Amino acid sequence: MDVMPKWAEVVLVPLISLLLASILSAIVILAIGENPWDALMLMIDGALGSTYGWGYTLYYATNFIFTGLAVAIAFHARMFNIGGEGQAMLGGLGVALVCLYIPWPHWSLALLGASVSAAIFGAAWATIPAFLQAKRGSHIVITTIMFNFIAAALLNFLLIGALKPTGSMEPATGKFPETTHLPSFQDMFSTADNVMFRGAPANISFFVAVAACFALWFLIWRTRLGYEIRAFGHSESAAKYAGISPTKIIMIAMMISGALAGMMAINNVMGEAERLVLNAVEGAGFIGIAVALMGRSHPFGVFLAALLFGFLYQGGAELALWTSIPRELIVVIQALVILFTGALDNMVRMPLERIFLAFRKPAKGA
Amino acid sequence: MDLLTILQILDSSVRLAVPLLLACLAGLYSERAGIFDIGLEGKMLAAAFMAAAIAYTSGSAWVGLLAGIGASLVLSAVHGVASITFRGNQLISGVAINFLAAGLTVVIAQSWFAQGGRTPTLQGDARFEPITLPFAESLQSVPVIGPIYYELISGHSVLVYIAFLLVPLTWWVLYRTRFGLRLRAVGENPASVDTAGISVVQLRYIAVIICGVLCGLAGAYLSTALQAGFTKDMSAGRGFIALAALIFAKWRPWHALYATLLFGFLQALALRPDLLENTLGFKVNGQLLDALPYILTVVILAGFVGKAIPPRAGGEPYVKER
Repeated sequence: MDVMPKWAEVVLVPLISLLLASILSAIVILAIGENPWDALMLMIDGALGSTYGWGYTLYYATNFIFTGLAVAIAFHARMFNIGGEGQAMLGGLGVALVCLYIPWPHWSLALLGASVSAAIFGAAWATIPAFLQAKRGSHIVITTIMFNFIAAALLNFLLIGALKPTGSMEPATGKFPETTHLPSFQDMFSTADNVMFRGAPANISFFVAVAACFALWFLIWRTRLGYEIRAFGHSESAAKYAGISPTKIIMIAMMISGALAGMMAINNVMGEAERLVLNAVEGAGFIGIAVALMGRSHPFGVFLAALLFGFLYQGGAELALWTSIPRELIVVIQALVILFTGALDNMVRMPLERIFLAFRKPAKGA
Repeated sequence: MDLLTILQILDSSVRLAVPLLLACLAGLYSERAGIFDIGLEGKMLAAAFMAAAIAYTSGSAWVGLLAGIGASLVLSAVHGVASITFRGNQLISGVAINFLAAGLTVVIAQSWFAQGGRTPTLQGDARFEPITLPFAESLQSVPVIGPIYYELISGHSVLVYIAFLLVPLTWWVLYRTRFGLRLRAVGENPASVDTAGISVVQLRYIAVIICGVLCGLAGAYLSTALQAGFTKDMSAGRGFIALAALIFAKWRPWHALYATLLFGFLQALALRPDLLENTLGFKVNGQLLDALPYILTVVILAGFVGKAIPPRAGGEPYVKER
C-alpha cells in the first residue's frame, strides 16, 4: 500500500534523514567548542567557493559516484555489498598493471584500457563472494567484509614486493608513464590568461562517472536484465517462478557492482596519484554505502548524494586545516547519514506516513 | 625452539586472543538471539577510548572499565532501537555504528586531550596490572610445570581470567538455563517464543545489552590492559576477526574459545617472523598470516570444512503478525 506520494518517498524521507544527521553533527561540533554555523560557512567556502575547491569536491564526488553506484546495483538485487573497498583496491591494481606494463600511445586509449582492466579486477574480486552466496549460501556481507581484509593484505604484499621499483623504500609502484596522464580539469577548462581548477585533482574520469550513471539507469529500468535484477530483489521466489535464475542474477549483479567499484581506480589511481600507493581507496568504498542509501539506489540520487559527500569531504579537509575540528568529523556525519537513511529509515518514515494518512482521509470523504 | 620461546609465543597468543574472545562471545549472545551484529568493532573501539579516557582522568582502571562498558552500551542501544524497535536493517545499523565509533572517538579525543586523537599514556592504577597467581614464583623452579604455570597461566590481568571464565559461564547460560533456551529459540523461531507468551522484543534487547557489556570489556582490555592508552583505530579489525571466529565456531561458546585462541596464535606468530623462519626453515609471508583468519573464514563459509549455519531468524526483524 502506498501511503505516501512518490515525491515524499523520494525527496522528503532522505531530506529529513539528512536534516536529523546535520542536527546531531551540529551538536557534536557545539560539544567540542566550535560554532556549527561558522563551520558550515567555512566548509561551503572551502569546497564551493573557488574552482580549486570545486576541483577537489568533484574529484571526491567521482570516487563516490562509482562506489555509490556499485552499492546501489547490489541493493537492487537485495544484496549488501560491503566489499566496495576491496574491489576498488583490486581495481587500482588493475589500473596500475595496465598503465605500467603496456606502452600506451595516447591517454584516451590508456583510459579505455585502464577502465576495462579496473572493471575486470574489481568484478573478479566480487565474483568469489557472489559465487559462494549463489552456490553455497554463504552470507555475502560476511564474505565481502573478509575479502576487504584479504585485498588489503594482498596489496600490501604486492606493494612491498613485486610491484615496488628497485631501490625505493616506499610501499608504492613507480610513477606511471607520461602518456597515461589523464587531462585534469585544469588542462581542460583553463585558458591562457585564466587558470581554472589550479592544482585540483578533478579529471576527465568525472565524465566517465556521469556516463556510468546514465548507463546504469538504462540498465536497471530499460533492459531485460535490469528488470530481472529488480524482480529478484523484490521477491526471490516470484523471480524463480518467472524463470529467472537466482544464481545468474546474483553473479551478474555482483560482477557489475564489483566492476563499478573497481572503476573508481581510474580517478584516484590513474587520474590523481598516477601510481598505486597503499590505502589508495581511503574508505571511499564504505562511503558508497552512505551514498547509495541517501540516493535511494537511483543513479541520479547517487549522483546528488556523491556531490554532497564530495562537498563534505573537501569541506571537512578545510575545517581540519583552519579549525580544531578534526577530519574524522566527516566520518561521524557519514555514520549518521547511514544510520538515519539506512537503519532508522522506519523511524523517519512512520510519523510521515501517519501525517499523510491524516491528510488523506478527509479528501476521501469529500 | 626451546620451551621458554614456545611459552612466550603461547603467552602472547593468550593476550591477543582475549579481546577476540570477549567480542566473539558478545556476538554470540546477539546473533543467537537473531540480531546480527557487525558493529562489534565499533563498540570495542568506543569502549577502548572511553575506558582509557576515564581511567586517565579518574586514575582508576575499574572506573575506566565501567565507562567503557557504558560507551559500548550506548551504541548497543542504538543498534537495539534501530534493529528491534524500528525493524531496520541490522547490517546497515552495524556499519553505521562502526563509523560512528571510528569518527567520534577521534573527534572527542582531540577535543579532550589534544594529542592527535589519542589519550595520554596510562600509568599505575589507571591500568590493569598483571596478577601473579599464588605460588607462581615458588613453583617456578619445578621443571616443565613451573615455567608453564609462571609464564603462561600466571601473570595476566584480571580481565584475562574473567574472559576465560565467561566461556563456561556462557555455555551454562546458553544450554542449562531457561533464559538460554529462550535466547536460542528467539534466534531460531521467534514466532514460537511469542506464542509461548514470552516477549521477543525484551529477549532481544537483553541479548543486545549483554553483547554491549562484553564488547565493553573487550575494548577496555585493549586500552587499559593490553596497551596503555587509546590510539586512533586501535581495535584494528579485531571486531571483524571476532565475527570470523564466531562463524568458525559455528556460534558455540567452547568452539569460540578454540577459534579465538587459534586466531590469537596467528596474530602472535605474525609479530615474530624471525621465530617462524628459524623453525620452519623458510620465510613465511607476514601478509599471509594477517589474512589467514579471513581466508579460513571464507573457506568455512564456503562449506568445505563442515557447514556453518547461522541462527535461522538471524538478521530478520520480528513482526508479530504478517
